[in-house]
Amino acid sequence: MIKKLAVYLREYRLPAILAPITIIGEVIMEILIPMLMAQIINIGLPAGDIGYVVKTGGLMVLLALLSLAFGALSGRFASVAGAGFAKNLRNALFGKVQDFSFANIDKFSTASLITRLTTDVTGVQNTLQMMLRIMFRAPVMLISAAFMATRINGRLALVFAVAGPIIIAGAVLVMTQAFPRFQAMLKKYDLLNASIQENLTAIRVVKAFVRTDHETEKFRKAADDVRRAQIRAEKVMVFAMPCMQLVMNGCMIAVCWFGGLMIIGEEMLAGDLMSFFTYVSQVLSSIMMIAMISVSLVMSRASASRIIEVLEERPDVADPAAPLTEVEDGSVVFDHVNFSYAKDPNNLILEDVVLNIKAGETIGIIGGTGSAKTTLVQLIPRLYDVLSGSVLVGGHDVREYSMEALRDSVAMVLQKNVLFSGSIKENLRWGKEDATDEELIAVCKTADAHDFISSFPNGYDTDLGQGGVNLSGGQKQRLCIARALLKDPKILILDDSTSAVDTATDSRIRAGFATRFGHVTTFIIAQRIASVQEADRILVMDDGKVSDIGTHEELLARSEIYREVYESQRKGAEE
Amino acid sequence: MAGPGRGPKGPVQKPQDAGKTIRRVFSYMDGYQKQMVLILIGLLLNAAAGVAGAYFLKPLINNCIVPYVGQQNPDLSQFISTLGAMACIYLVGAAGSFLYNRLMINVATGTLYRIRTDLFTKMEKLPLRYFDSHPHGELMSRFTNDTDTLREMISNALPHMISSVVSVVGVFTMMLLLSPILTAIIVIMLFLMLKVVMTLGGKSGMYFKKQQGALGKVNGYIEEMIEGQKVVKVFCHEDKTVAHFRRINDELCDAATNAHTFASILMPIMGNLSHMVYALIAAAGGGIAIAFPALMDLGTIAAFLQYTRSFYQPITQISQLFNSILTALAGAERIFGLIDQEPELDEGKVTLVYAEKVLDEAGREAAGENGLPLLKESSARTGLWAWKVPAGTAAALEAGGISLAGSPAAGGLLVQVRGDVRFADVTFSYDGKKTVLHDVSLYAKPGQKIAFVGSTGAGKTTITNLINRFYDVDEGAITYDGIPVKEIRKDDLRRSLAMVLQDTHLFTGTVKENIRYGKLDATDEEIVRAAKLANAHWFIQHLPQGYDTVLTADGANLSQGQRQLLAIARAAVADPPVLILDEATSSIDTRTEALIEKGMDSLMEGRTVFVIAHRLSTVRNSNAIMVLEHGRIIERGDHDDLLQQKGKYYQLYTGMFELS
Repeated sequence: MIKKLAVYLREYRLPAILAPITIIGEVIMEILIPMLMAQIINIGLPAGDIGYVVKTGGLMVLLALLSLAFGALSGRFASVAGAGFAKNLRNALFGKVQDFSFANIDKFSTASLITRLTTDVTGVQNTLQMMLRIMFRAPVMLISAAFMATRINGRLALVFAVAGPIIIAGAVLVMTQAFPRFQAMLKKYDLLNASIQENLTAIRVVKAFVRTDHETEKFRKAADDVRRAQIRAEKVMVFAMPCMQLVMNGCMIAVCWFGGLMIIGEEMLAGDLMSFFTYVSQVLSSIMMIAMISVSLVMSRASASRIIEVLEERPDVADPAAPLTEVEDGSVVFDHVNFSYAKDPNNLILEDVVLNIKAGETIGIIGGTGSAKTTLVQLIPRLYDVLSGSVLVGGHDVREYSMEALRDSVAMVLQKNVLFSGSIKENLRWGKEDATDEELIAVCKTADAHDFISSFPNGYDTDLGQGGVNLSGGQKQRLCIARALLKDPKILILDDSTSAVDTATDSRIRAGFATRFGHVTTFIIAQRIASVQEADRILVMDDGKVSDIGTHEELLARSEIYREVYESQRKGAEE
Repeated sequence: MAGPGRGPKGPVQKPQDAGKTIRRVFSYMDGYQKQMVLILIGLLLNAAAGVAGAYFLKPLINNCIVPYVGQQNPDLSQFISTLGAMACIYLVGAAGSFLYNRLMINVATGTLYRIRTDLFTKMEKLPLRYFDSHPHGELMSRFTNDTDTLREMISNALPHMISSVVSVVGVFTMMLLLSPILTAIIVIMLFLMLKVVMTLGGKSGMYFKKQQGALGKVNGYIEEMIEGQKVVKVFCHEDKTVAHFRRINDELCDAATNAHTFASILMPIMGNLSHMVYALIAAAGGGIAIAFPALMDLGTIAAFLQYTRSFYQPITQISQLFNSILTALAGAERIFGLIDQEPELDEGKVTLVYAEKVLDEAGREAAGENGLPLLKESSARTGLWAWKVPAGTAAALEAGGISLAGSPAAGGLLVQVRGDVRFADVTFSYDGKKTVLHDVSLYAKPGQKIAFVGSTGAGKTTITNLINRFYDVDEGAITYDGIPVKEIRKDDLRRSLAMVLQDTHLFTGTVKENIRYGKLDATDEEIVRAAKLANAHWFIQHLPQGYDTVLTADGANLSQGQRQLLAIARAAVADPPVLILDEATSSIDTRTEALIEKGMDSLMEGRTVFVIAHRLSTVRNSNAIMVLEHGRIIERGDHDDLLQQKGKYYQLYTGMFELS
């Protein structure tokens, strides 16, 4: 796992290496200070040599200053490496998502992708910064303090041999016990938050059905679950702290006793015992630090693995080795196409679809909820790949084109469409980056959007909030159509794109298409018969299969489904 | 655990009235007083033990070791007893630490549990106006960020603060006792360190603000682009998006580097300054011991050095803890601010009860003086509902000129629920500025279907929001079976109405549970019947686990149309006298709509129905259609009348106007 993420640190390897090196410098200074202190007491004091005491004291201050410089530098290096690593990781993730196909996005869901790019990245960044400093600091400190202690008195240093394993065993025990309990607690906590979120969005339903008490009871239970899980998890940690403290204190007493006896027996000097105290606490606190860091490392493993999951996801749809870069014309052929979102031949969404559409034709598509109208058209710009069979555009399988060439010639207005923050002009230019104002106005006129845009005080420069909130549904749809038209595509797909537009505007837009985009193959998915009535041919979808295809009149005569839809909408239209 | 390497926090926020807020937080610990006292004792024991333990070094070295150096048969009894005392003190300290940590969990989780449930209970009671004017994210962060920091404060920052202060005071006292001269050095260095903390802290705060801004920008962009990712793909805009992202990501990287640098150099600087003090003390102590042996001895230096190591760390901690307590209190104030919001007011006294008809000796339905059937309250689910109007309310209404036609019963009047809804000159505004409804008058007789037509913002949904009192009228009155809705208890009023809203909102749980939401004690048979009525049965059966399929995240695994069918089934199972359909079929294609029409017809039968739809085919067969424009009813009548009027409705119908 570390290897996979280490790649993103490569650019910052200098600070990433310097951070631990400087921290080692800091540790060495820290280790030397107590040694000098011992010399003051062992040599300076008995000799009564003030000059020596002052000189050694000055040296100690100097070392402390050096240590300070090393420490500050390592903080700086770790920050540079950490922030840079996070930057690279974010870039990689974001770029990866851009490579994803629709199927990949569906698999992760947008909400989870967003968490992975935001919260998880921050979590991993903090862990790295901590690792670069403490992960190196603690072991180095442990080893060098233990070394110094052994040098002072090897026999006295044996206390570590007793205390060390106890602490390590304790830490391992706590970690293995606590970790699953903390995981369980976090899960409960997520559930609690989900239920709050749900109540916030559905507050009208809760109130309308008078279910406040019911919801409160549900919440109380969830909150109580969290409380119990938390007590269960923290109980373990609570036990650990005083035990560690006791081990530390036990060491101190043992050192006092044995060390004291040695001094009395003149095997050791008083100053050495005092520096030994310092080394003891340095060794033991390093061990504790390592244990603590390991816990948080394990905790952040979840974030790291969620990130790696995204990074390792293979884009479902990829460019072929030698792609075609030009789409010849707007003809579309479906050759015995089977499709399933789950890639499961037993759960087909589209079944044996055979269609042959000539360039420039206008095809209407009608069908009930869940009849796979949207699925069908999404195969044309290769938003998903077929399970078997093939989709041909301009005479070639869509899988032979480069994605860019294919999608540049196929404009699609999605059912769930999105405008981005920025001005209307900026949004429209998504269709064609260097479009002139005249071009913009021309497509907006075709999409019947020019009039309402001009009515805004800032016209085409009107700023849209995130998601284009200050426009009505119909206005949004018309902007999305204009944006798609600007691509000057060979194939145009409108997926229920005029549902919020009234019939008169709808027919005006269609008339505009006919005159300005007559050469473009057009697919229109609609609920209203009126929207597709004038199409060259109308495709009737039913439960993933092509039920019928023909002109309005033909279908009225022979398609029962079509007739039913027609009747249901016509009722009352005649007086 | 407040250890080094902890992720740096954002800038400090300040509470308005820290004292009041902290008292209020403590009021949630009611019932835990005994445990709190024990916690405090544990804390003090632990801190005191830490301070006292180190002091023993002095007698240990001066009295037990130094005098016996080189002796063959030293007297070790005092050595042993001193070490024994030290061990006891350490044991007491550890016991204290265990005591306070263990009890703290109970107190902290218990307090948090109470605050959370209080917060949630309050949220459920807030009027809709509150939700209109506060974004969900903001409310959500009361539950997450603010509650988390409060938890951190209760279980960590507050006790640490107490023990740090105790340690600092204790250590300082001991230092003074040991050597006032060396203590002077400590104090001088202390000022230097405080200065460093302040400067670095201030810088760090500034850079953090910058980082938060940059992070917000990056996260916002991530959110927007991932939400709109499919559009990005359709337009082959990936490269441009990545380019823009790299730019703002670089800015974030710069800001983050600075912010983290200041946060992470604070620790080493403070740590090493304390090493410097250690060196100074060792040198000065040694110097004094040589020059003025009367003032200093080896034991004092040893103990003092031990204290030096434990003096500065709590001081550094205190400043950090203080900031985190302030931030937590600011969060607590926001939490209490929400808890203190005015709940949805409900002064209604009229309640909804089951009733049964009183039979005379012959088993015929008895009639009262006013010719209406006599009713009596029933404890069984009779299917016959009545408003129970307390005698006082009835009298007050009578005095106001409203007489109710009902049957006298114990404690008041029983009025049969029939679904007669009337608006008299209703004027309403959401914000007190922009009037949304002007003088709207209308009536719906029991069993009638009333439709509202008009563009967005014309006031259609507002009318239904007033019927179930999501909002209260500013002027005019609404009556339900002759009773002003203000007199009816809100819960009972809403129980008599079922709504199917434009945004369906399903809950996490099974399909069955979601339908049962309409009536919590509905049997499985009732649920299936309701699902069949809404034409949802067939698709539910095709779900992997049928009625037991678990829906997640607002029913994301269902299509919009399927979700609406479930919402209709949910309303059907509630079986209320009045039904409100707000764009209930907008996401269902006309063919499916035609299929469920029969179900809808039987659902609507015998009920008063208010329908809002922009698809005119849905409203055609209503008894009355109201065309709304800018909050006024501009046309009314049935479909044929309105077409003949050749007004707005005619224009809408023939597609000359856009409804959106």
